[in-house]
Amino acid sequence: MAHDHDHNDPPSDTVLRVKALESLLVEKGLVDPETLDTLVDRFENRIGPQNGKAVVAKAWRDPDYKARLLEDGTKAVAELGYSGAGGETIVAVENTDRVHNMVVCTLCSCYPWPVLGLPPVWYKSAPYRARAVREPRKVLEEFGTHIPADVEVRVWDSTAETRYLVIPKPPLGSEGMSEEQLKELISRDSMIGVRLAGAGQPNTGGAS
Amino acid sequence: MDEDGPVFDEPWQAQAFAMTVQMHEAGYFEWAEWADIFGAEIEKATRQGRGCGNSDYYMCWLSAFEKLMNEKQFVSEPERNKRKQDWLDAHLHTPHGEPVMLKGRE
Repeated sequence: MAHDHDHNDPPSDTVLRVKALESLLVEKGLVDPETLDTLVDRFENRIGPQNGKAVVAKAWRDPDYKARLLEDGTKAVAELGYSGAGGETIVAVENTDRVHNMVVCTLCSCYPWPVLGLPPVWYKSAPYRARAVREPRKVLEEFGTHIPADVEVRVWDSTAETRYLVIPKPPLGSEGMSEEQLKELISRDSMIGVRLAGAGQPNTGGAS
Repeated sequence: MDEDGPVFDEPWQAQAFAMTVQMHEAGYFEWAEWADIFGAEIEKATRQGRGCGNSDYYMCWLSAFEKLMNEKQFVSEPERNKRKQDWLDAHLHTPHGEPVMLKGRE
């Protein structure tokens, strides 16, 4: 029993499944362990909403860039050096006085990785996936986002091929600000379309 | 880090994620093929009331990746099960503090 403990505690079944797969894939030359580490580092430390903030801030300041972003999101995002897996086709959709866009993946969790990193837990969870399409305004209210009745709410369902980035409306009073100042106003949630830019972003998301 | 804290809760989640993305980036499968299998796993889990949170999410991810590897004939189920047992045996027979290694492999 425990007093005669001379070995390592066995890992959980889940950990063993991952170890089994990983060691087999490495042996077969299909996966390189060093590249795995680099990839994890990339997603943990290097890509995240800060990339999307740079894209949106530039679009707000530079009408030509915004036009290119709306024309071909993937290309315009790559101009700033953001590309790679999860960004095969990025489509930017712009919030205006008449249209508010929000993004969901009803199937799983498709998301524009190069500009937003990996999605938050609520985005991946059943309530948001199910309700964003069915009752978007109610979901938005739960995020503290009120969209006037005369503004159309458009919900975009991401797929493996097409991922959406919302260009939020610049908040009133932001006209003369620099791109650095503008970035402060842009939250990850505003680029998913569940909050407004400049509205702040509490740590707990709604819809859960 | 994300604004919500660490992206992965546990190392195995990061490993499962990274293996999938690496193989996709190397061209072994299309992301759409992955999304079909992964989406089906999520749907099943959601029907069973397990569609929430990071842990459920990466359990679906792992199951989907196992299925994809099997479908693409990269790693079969018996192969996986045998290797899992080998790792478990190695853990049980390695004295505490020594690195766990599989017999007959370096």
